[in-house]
Amino acid sequence: MKFFSRIDALVRKEFQSLLSTKSGRMLLIMPVVLQTALFPFAATLEVKNASLAVFNEDRGLASVEMTQRFAASAAFTHIVPVWTANELERAIGTREALLAVHIPADFSQRLATAQPSPVQVILDGRRSNSSQIAFNYLQNVLDGFLQDRAAAEGRVMPSEIVVRNGFVTNLEYKYFILPSLVAIITTIGSLIVTALSVAREREQGTFEQLLVSPLSPEMIMIGKAVPAVVVGFFQATLILTAAVFIYHIPFRGSLALLYGAMFFYTLALVGVGLFISSISKTQQQAFLGAFVFMVPAILLSGYTAPVENMPLWLQHLTWVNPVRHFVEIVKGVFLKDASFSRVLTLMLPLLVISCATLTLAALMFRRKAA
Amino acid sequence: MHWLSWRRLRALCWKETLQIFRDPSSILIAFLMPLLMLFIFGYGINLDFSRLRIGLRMEDSGAEATALRAALNASPWLELRAYDSRAGLELALMNSQIRGYVIIPGDFSRKLKQGGTTAPLQVVADGSEPNIAQFVRATVSGVWQTWQAQRAEDRGDTLRREITLEPRMWFNSSAESRNFIIPGSITVIMTVIGALLTSLVVAREWERGTMEALLASPVTRTELLLSKILPYYALGMISLLLCVGVAHWVLLVPFRGTLLALWVVGSLFLLSVLGIGLAISTGMRNQFNAAQAALNAAFLPAVMLSGFIYEISSMPVFLRGVTRIVPARYFVSSMQTIFQAGTLWKLLLPDIFMLGCTTVVFIGLTAKLTKRRME
Repeated sequence: MKFFSRIDALVRKEFQSLLSTKSGRMLLIMPVVLQTALFPFAATLEVKNASLAVFNEDRGLASVEMTQRFAASAAFTHIVPVWTANELERAIGTREALLAVHIPADFSQRLATAQPSPVQVILDGRRSNSSQIAFNYLQNVLDGFLQDRAAAEGRVMPSEIVVRNGFVTNLEYKYFILPSLVAIITTIGSLIVTALSVAREREQGTFEQLLVSPLSPEMIMIGKAVPAVVVGFFQATLILTAAVFIYHIPFRGSLALLYGAMFFYTLALVGVGLFISSISKTQQQAFLGAFVFMVPAILLSGYTAPVENMPLWLQHLTWVNPVRHFVEIVKGVFLKDASFSRVLTLMLPLLVISCATLTLAALMFRRKAA
Repeated sequence: MHWLSWRRLRALCWKETLQIFRDPSSILIAFLMPLLMLFIFGYGINLDFSRLRIGLRMEDSGAEATALRAALNASPWLELRAYDSRAGLELALMNSQIRGYVIIPGDFSRKLKQGGTTAPLQVVADGSEPNIAQFVRATVSGVWQTWQAQRAEDRGDTLRREITLEPRMWFNSSAESRNFIIPGSITVIMTVIGALLTSLVVAREWERGTMEALLASPVTRTELLLSKILPYYALGMISLLLCVGVAHWVLLVPFRGTLLALWVVGSLFLLSVLGIGLAISTGMRNQFNAAQAALNAAFLPAVMLSGFIYEISSMPVFLRGVTRIVPARYFVSSMQTIFQAGTLWKLLLPDIFMLGCTTVVFIGLTAKLTKRRME
């Protein structure tokens, strides 16, 4: 049992160097707490508290009623009344308003004589995504308004559209953010721990000592891998707990399935981290190397923008990105109660990635040891 | 001037510059990383939905239903897939093969023909992707409305849409998300160079004890600070020009402002983040901790709290308060103005003022921390 006792000693040493200082311990927990507390509120593509400029040249009842409907919607908390075209231009230009509605003078009159009444809506293109989302809200409010008018006049709409949202009926953004955060924070934690551990030893000269010890390169790798996997599991568990008990997001799937997938995911990260470590001479190089891997991997994971909006060749390229698969797994298990076979198909790429990176790292280690 | 000798400062800056060029990782961060990031933000982060995969189940084979299917098929934003059972649709939605589905119920054509009743069209979206779900709803109902209007017109019905909203996009008329994301992403790149790189460099000097050696020499605090700031300022500005050049000429994002405005806001922002990076490393003295702290104090806020992807006005009040001390916030808004609206000093001045404040605060904090270390 020499194998295990030696690895055990190495793992203990690794944990000691991680946890021995107060700032080291703080840095394993504080970022997770901070991110879990702030990001669900910050990272939202919903539009709330937006300002709507209204330039109403019409004096009729219908235009007033329609404006009131717009004002009552949750997306707009400020209505900026403007009286001239110049003022409208200024309201958009200075970002005072995200959208501006321009109701022409003949609006009510056209409506009364059953002519179609156009209303111009100006969107701030500097924030084209938010303004388009807000425009969709206006469109929904208008649909309701038109339906009510039809009902009041005893007309029947020939057809109507009934929209239902599967899995998360209220479309709250936190349901999307928190499961994704589980994947992202685990990534940052375990990747940095592995990438820096070998580089630190090399910079301080203790890596040579490790190599001349009775430990084989594979044992050193295992010793470096265990703390990273543990850190990843620990941080993921923290966020999962917060998501379920503080943010009250129902966990629909199987915990065992999630943790099983997490094991292979952290292994894939360890492989990447050790590989970066093995080609870096200093901690600075290792950290920046990890950073150069991590940022694109997180950005292209489908968390900030959907994978399907990318050009096709880039979509294929993201197959080698472990974060993409794990984000999908966590969201699937958490929100949709994904089946075993579904998780397995997502886990297959992770298995391939971890085998490849771990083998590569082992080869680099052997070369260093030789 | 006993607190500043040009000769010593020049020597120190030269040493720092040599160090930058000797380490491949600083070159990687200053020149390769910006290109990689611009490329990712240019192609990978696209909030404009071009092809939404939508499932369709036809339970009605009448003329009206077929016409509606043709309208959905013709939409350039939808990629329609036919399914022959509701269970199949459910499963596909579960496995994220489709983002939503449309069911045309069995009596759709009959009800429409008959009149007097309302023929419902069912749409289900994947709620676990709220942003996509919104677009599914908007796109499908857009197609449906156009189809309805067309149908009413064809039949000579008086029942058409009474009020129509006509959207008009200002400043970015093609509504490409790339045009506002790329100017914003330059903020993230500058933060990485300013805060992450310097935090590591200075922490290493403390870790290896070379900082103590410097402090024991006649070098003054001002010289020491300037020698850390100036070379990285130069590196950051070169990188900024590179980014703006690539954004404008390669990614074809319109640049409507002036270089003067770019230089003013760029300098102030770079000095602020340099201040953050230096303050962290002086306080931490350990590379591992400094790197982690810089990641959390500078990089993540630049992504999440700067308003470049996520709208600040949509955040709760307390978070909006937090964003006020994030320098990236002011840089993002001025970069978006410079790129898309031009050099509008009236819009830029408030941002410049705030960036000036953050510069003074963070550089001042570093000076204070260095003094304490020296004593």
